[in-house]
Amino acid sequence: MVAKGRPHAPVFAALGDKTRLALVVRLSGGQPHSISQLTEGSRLTRQAITKHLRVLENVGIVHAVRAGRESLFELDPKPLEEMKQYLDLVSEQWDQALARLKSFVED
Amino acid sequence: MDNRIEKQIELKAPVSRVWRALTDHREFGEWFRVKLDGPFVPGEVSRGYITWPGYEHLHWEAVVQKMEPEQLFSFTWHPYAIDPKADYSKETPTLVEFKLEKTATGTLLLLTESGFDKIPSDRRLEAFRMNDNGWTQQIKNIETHVAQSS
Repeated sequence: MVAKGRPHAPVFAALGDKTRLALVVRLSGGQPHSISQLTEGSRLTRQAITKHLRVLENVGIVHAVRAGRESLFELDPKPLEEMKQYLDLVSEQWDQALARLKSFVED
Repeated sequence: MDNRIEKQIELKAPVSRVWRALTDHREFGEWFRVKLDGPFVPGEVSRGYITWPGYEHLHWEAVVQKMEPEQLFSFTWHPYAIDPKADYSKETPTLVEFKLEKTATGTLLLLTESGFDKIPSDRRLEAFRMNDNGWTQQIKNIETHVAQSS
């Protein structure tokens, strides 16, 4: 169910930044983008965008693929799905605990 | 990305009743399924162990944050700190808050748990393993139940 061998990947932390979140949204269409494309329409420099992409790459959310002389970046949804599953799990535990609380106080 | 859990539930019981169920450590233990060593005190660590069948060897530990009578009860903890040998104390805990509001029919309870951005991913894998174990246990329970009623 969960990919093995993933390094300590603070996925939540990587996404706790507006620029990186915007990059993820931009890539969520499934199409790989070049750094130039991602820099277009942004107020950030190419270097800044590259730095943010590296952070996302380090936690496995984004992968670089070579296309001729340039690198294209694409989204890997797996860490995001794992994160969502984790939150769903904690959420489910609370549902059960609150249901027990409900019967406890309403008895 | 939504890094918090939010729940709300309507309880047909007065706010004072719900407040007691949340903050009296024995009552909390009844529905949360944990046996606590002593009363909740803001700023102090609350310790005990899980009473959920199959998880009795696990410790419970939280730091009580706020107790504003009949309004707010909060604590920080490490969700799914399930490895008895691991030291979770260096990790940033999540914050759990229970807020109470009086309604026409009883109490509205709002629960939030926040701060998930600080949890290392290997801990999330543990949570998955725990969930798997939980299911194994559930299936056993069903088997026992079916065996008894047939």
